[in-house]
Amino acid sequence: MSVFLETLIGGVLAGTLYALVAIGFVLIYKASGVFNYAQGSLLLFGALTFVSLTEAGVPTVAALAVTAGLLVFTAVAIERFLLRPLANRSPLTLFMATLGLSYLVEGVAQGLMGSRVRAVDLGIDDLPLFLGDIMISQFDLVAAGVAVVLVVVLALLFHRTRIGIQLRGVADDTRAALSLGIDIHRIWQIVWAVAGLVGLVAGLLWGARQGVQFSLSLVVLKALPVLIIGGFTSIAGAIVGGIVVGAGESLAETYVGPLLGGGITSWFAYGLALAVLLVRPAGLLGERQIERV
Amino acid sequence: MSDTILELTDVSLAFKGLTAINGLSFAVRRGEICALIGPNGAGKSSLLNILNGVYRPQSGTIVFEGERFHRMEPLKAARRGIGRSFQNNALFSGMSVLDNVIVGLSRRARTTLVEEALRLPRARAQEAAFRERARAVLRLLELESQAGTAVGTLPYGVQKKVELARAIVAEPALLLLDEPLAGMNAREKDEIAAIVERLNRELALTIVLIEHDLGIVLRLAHHVVVLDYGRKLADGPPETIRNDPDVIAAYIGTSPAALAA
Repeated sequence: MSVFLETLIGGVLAGTLYALVAIGFVLIYKASGVFNYAQGSLLLFGALTFVSLTEAGVPTVAALAVTAGLLVFTAVAIERFLLRPLANRSPLTLFMATLGLSYLVEGVAQGLMGSRVRAVDLGIDDLPLFLGDIMISQFDLVAAGVAVVLVVVLALLFHRTRIGIQLRGVADDTRAALSLGIDIHRIWQIVWAVAGLVGLVAGLLWGARQGVQFSLSLVVLKALPVLIIGGFTSIAGAIVGGIVVGAGESLAETYVGPLLGGGITSWFAYGLALAVLLVRPAGLLGERQIERV
Repeated sequence: MSDTILELTDVSLAFKGLTAINGLSFAVRRGEICALIGPNGAGKSSLLNILNGVYRPQSGTIVFEGERFHRMEPLKAARRGIGRSFQNNALFSGMSVLDNVIVGLSRRARTTLVEEALRLPRARAQEAAFRERARAVLRLLELESQAGTAVGTLPYGVQKKVELARAIVAEPALLLLDEPLAGMNAREKDEIAAIVERLNRELALTIVLIEHDLGIVLRLAHHVVVLDYGRKLADGPPETIRNDPDVIAAYIGTSPAALAA
């Protein structure tokens, strides 16, 4: 029983990190209908910048502030030079543009800051905690706590402020939002900036586990099944999807892995996503498209 | 202030060779209800989309409040005081009635993002003012009891009223209504028509509307513009339109006697 609980808790905590990565996608997808392939690169870019600054001796808080500022600036630039000229194009065109963007961001980031593996020290001890005879990673617990706080802040932002209400309006019906005088360009800038900041947090937490290097941008591939399971349009869905994937992966690794000779984590999430696609194509909490014909 | 609020001169719009609007000229007087009528595909919705900055005409000039349209966009149009409703409701269906109407006040917002995120006094004062203003409009349209309801769960006729409320809350100088009565039963039609008339009379709101129900149009409008294949077929007060032989032949296809009933 304790092995089961330990596996489950470890999986759920890891799942919150998946969720954090997925939320960045959901934000942008909701507001501008784009699947932002570059989210992973932006995440890498944020983490690399932070690490480079701290390595150069900049204090943590200052490095965080500078990185955040840079991400906001990047978001504004992306809106101005990529999204705005491509407004009203098909989703596929926009997707291809973000694909190009991901190479650009990755290339620039690695060109300027190098491609060797760096360690991030966030100052969190990774000593295991014991709850009875269940072992919990302290780092995972802190990371999950950060994710929860971030989600609460986002929820307050979207439901309590006028900007949040406008953003939901843009997500719901763009042409109506425009006709009411909502500055959609500004909304896009805000959303991309918020997604970048969420990516930074996710990048630092992931980076602290596996080091900051090119492969960090591949967390996109981890987020994809989470999005399919939770639904592309729901932040709550991203959280549920992340936890389902995290817990499922971890349990499958422990209980099914030995029977199949291991290696189950590399494909388990995709198998789960496929099953969800067959049953609920819009994901567990996504909006089902109903169209009058 | 000039008597004419909106003047179109020789406006044409084509989509890849397909002419939607062809050399159209007409003027809207301040404070009137101007109805655009014509068969499907006559260019009515295209015209509304031009006025709201969605489409840009290839030629012709449009003057609104004494100022020429130049590279008009929906956002600019909204900021200049052109409000609109859409043919199929374009409400934010997951949000409450009150929130929908509050979003309608976007162009009146004066606070910055930082002020709002930190809920500084100016942002809080603005929010309270917006809420009060939105509630006043809901009272006007007798929607107060539904303020907290999610729009998507309301009947179609009520949604139509919410869309009207959202369009007028920021006090537009010109209100464009795209088939405000479509898909309604006779009783609902009368109710909305009465509201449109009241808004025009009590708030001195200039309204340009598209409507297919000719009986209501001829009763409601002060000025009717008839379109057919992107051209203007007739333009004048309802009494004249009612008896115009061209209109009867091309659009209505019935005898004047049937219309008079």
